[in-house]
Amino acid sequence: MDLHEYQAKERFRAAGIPVPPGEVATTPAEAEKLAAKYGGAVVVKAQVHSGGRGKAGGVKLAKSAAEAKQHAEKILGMDIKGLRVEKVLVTPAEDIATEAYVGVLIDRAKQAPTFIVSAAGGIDIETVARETPDKVRRLTVDPRYGLLPHQAYWLANFLYDEADLIKQATTIIAQLYDAFRESGASMAEINPLITTPDGQVKAIDAKMSIDDNELFRRAAVAAMRDTSSEPTAETRAREAGLSFVKLDGDVGCCVNGAGLAMATMDLVKYYGGNPANFLDIGGSSNPDKVVAALEIITSDPNVKAILFNIFGGITRCDDVANGIVTATRRIDIETPIVIRLTGTNEKKALEILKEAGFSAFTSMDEVVEEAVRLAGVAAGRVA
Amino acid sequence: MAIFADKKTRLVVQGITGRDGSFHTTQMIEYGTQVVAGVTPGKGGQTFAGLKGQTVPIFNAMDEAVSKTGANASVIFVPPAFASSAIMEAADSGVSLVVAITEGVPVQDMARAHAFARDRLVRVLGPNCPGLLSVDQAKIGILPGQIVTKGPIGVVSRSGTLTYEAVHQLTSQGLGQTTCVGIGGDPLIGTSFIDCLEAFESDGETEAVVMIGEIGGTDEQQAAAYAREHMNKPVVGFIAGQTAPPGRRMGHAGAIISGAEGTAAEKIKALEANGIRVAERPVDIVRLVQEVLG
Repeated sequence: MDLHEYQAKERFRAAGIPVPPGEVATTPAEAEKLAAKYGGAVVVKAQVHSGGRGKAGGVKLAKSAAEAKQHAEKILGMDIKGLRVEKVLVTPAEDIATEAYVGVLIDRAKQAPTFIVSAAGGIDIETVARETPDKVRRLTVDPRYGLLPHQAYWLANFLYDEADLIKQATTIIAQLYDAFRESGASMAEINPLITTPDGQVKAIDAKMSIDDNELFRRAAVAAMRDTSSEPTAETRAREAGLSFVKLDGDVGCCVNGAGLAMATMDLVKYYGGNPANFLDIGGSSNPDKVVAALEIITSDPNVKAILFNIFGGITRCDDVANGIVTATRRIDIETPIVIRLTGTNEKKALEILKEAGFSAFTSMDEVVEEAVRLAGVAAGRVA
Repeated sequence: MAIFADKKTRLVVQGITGRDGSFHTTQMIEYGTQVVAGVTPGKGGQTFAGLKGQTVPIFNAMDEAVSKTGANASVIFVPPAFASSAIMEAADSGVSLVVAITEGVPVQDMARAHAFARDRLVRVLGPNCPGLLSVDQAKIGILPGQIVTKGPIGVVSRSGTLTYEAVHQLTSQGLGQTTCVGIGGDPLIGTSFIDCLEAFESDGETEAVVMIGEIGGTDEQQAAAYAREHMNKPVVGFIAGQTAPPGRRMGHAGAIISGAEGTAAEKIKALEANGIRVAERPVDIVRLVQEVLG
């Protein structure tokens, strides 16, 4: 789960990191009021889960409250990489002497939190790391000891020459690790970490991703989820305990297991179709889950055919078949459904499905081809 | 022969009295696995019903279970909040293999648990994995026993049902397996593709390996380079997630394209560049295995 900048800043402030004040506005009038309250120049910043906000015109400097209002009018409702801007952060503009980058993330290869810092901040760190690797310092933290004081000092000393700046940055880096730990984050980033002309070190942008597996024990962080920034179908799927990602195609997919679900999407593409979604229904044959999955898939008007691909291992195919039959009797679906079941008790499952009037298959290739064909017919692409 | 577990493996089930733990313990015993103990805190002294009136003793803690039964492996079916602690308890108790089935373990917890297990030279498989199955010898985890058959193919995968799909197709074409290993779909896993390739390379009965990867991370790319440098046995690959959009998690916590890294296209290219033939569809895995075996 990604946090918005203003939410990540709340977490940073709670850890003691110096972050300039700032509040969120959802209307231009609110933005104007906040700008007037802070006085002087402010920055109006789009709050969306996307990088490249500045390039898209979602971050603007305003020299007066009236100008802040004008910027907010343009930014609110703006589309940034397919996401609609619902909120702007209004924050006093800072005088900037230098910009650095400080980030910590879970490094998959090292299997531990790893810091990445660079004095070349304010720009894309991946580009800096690729083009000028000597400007980047990496440091892996032993998760059993946490970030040790000398390690925070090493990182700060890589960024700055002046003793006072090093001292401030050492504290900030240690606080960033605390925020990372205490939020259950998989990534936390300050970009840029600035110095002001009068020698203060501050975080003026913040980014944080939370490990979804942490949310059960971190209510305050879980409450930060912004469902307005995701498709309704994804919110519903999460509430129903289904793993779902909306895509742009017209073949709705309902599969058990994430790997098989991805392989099924790929096969839809192989046969010339386009998957409408990723959906992992899990190992259960519970009709309630099938109902939820079908409701979510059919809520997408693009869907022209629905494809079930179920491998019955521990879950028996006949149980799954019964679940599908029960579910489809409970809701009205006009979209054609094709089903492939294979594994334990597949023969019995096919009988159940055929008796209920479904097209049932045991071959993954055959069922995908058929689903792609049906979607093509419904869309008028093929006769 | 087989890798990581065989007839001699003596297994403890952590979380044996839970719904999943008890169901799969029965399945593992029916497959022929030597389940010698169960652990559930507070239920020490009780027993778990095995086959033909035999019983499995339940202990409160792993140290007792290992010292009283000589167990050398454990499988974990405890809820996510307690799973990393259970892994560390197992790694501290003297077993040499810990198979963590639990899905949803916080990744920062796993960073600590993996470091702890590595220091003790204990192999962790998973978490968020289906476990492993050495054909006709031992099944540790939730892989369905009825889809495998004895033969010369080693199978290693990050997925569950996609592995079953591939194994089922191999079996239906008469291509049996030595061991099938599901290494798990999490970003931090204890046993990598390379660990499995290395073990299959030195296993006397394995003649070829099927490696099933997916988007996210660089494990497949590293495994491909390893295979070229260190393996004589042929490897056939498959990568799921060619149609997955960047930046979105596809079910598995580790299945996410970050920036430009971890795409299916990049992985397929790395496999092919290292001489590994990659199946376009799951059904093509069988044909490629037949071809590499000659």
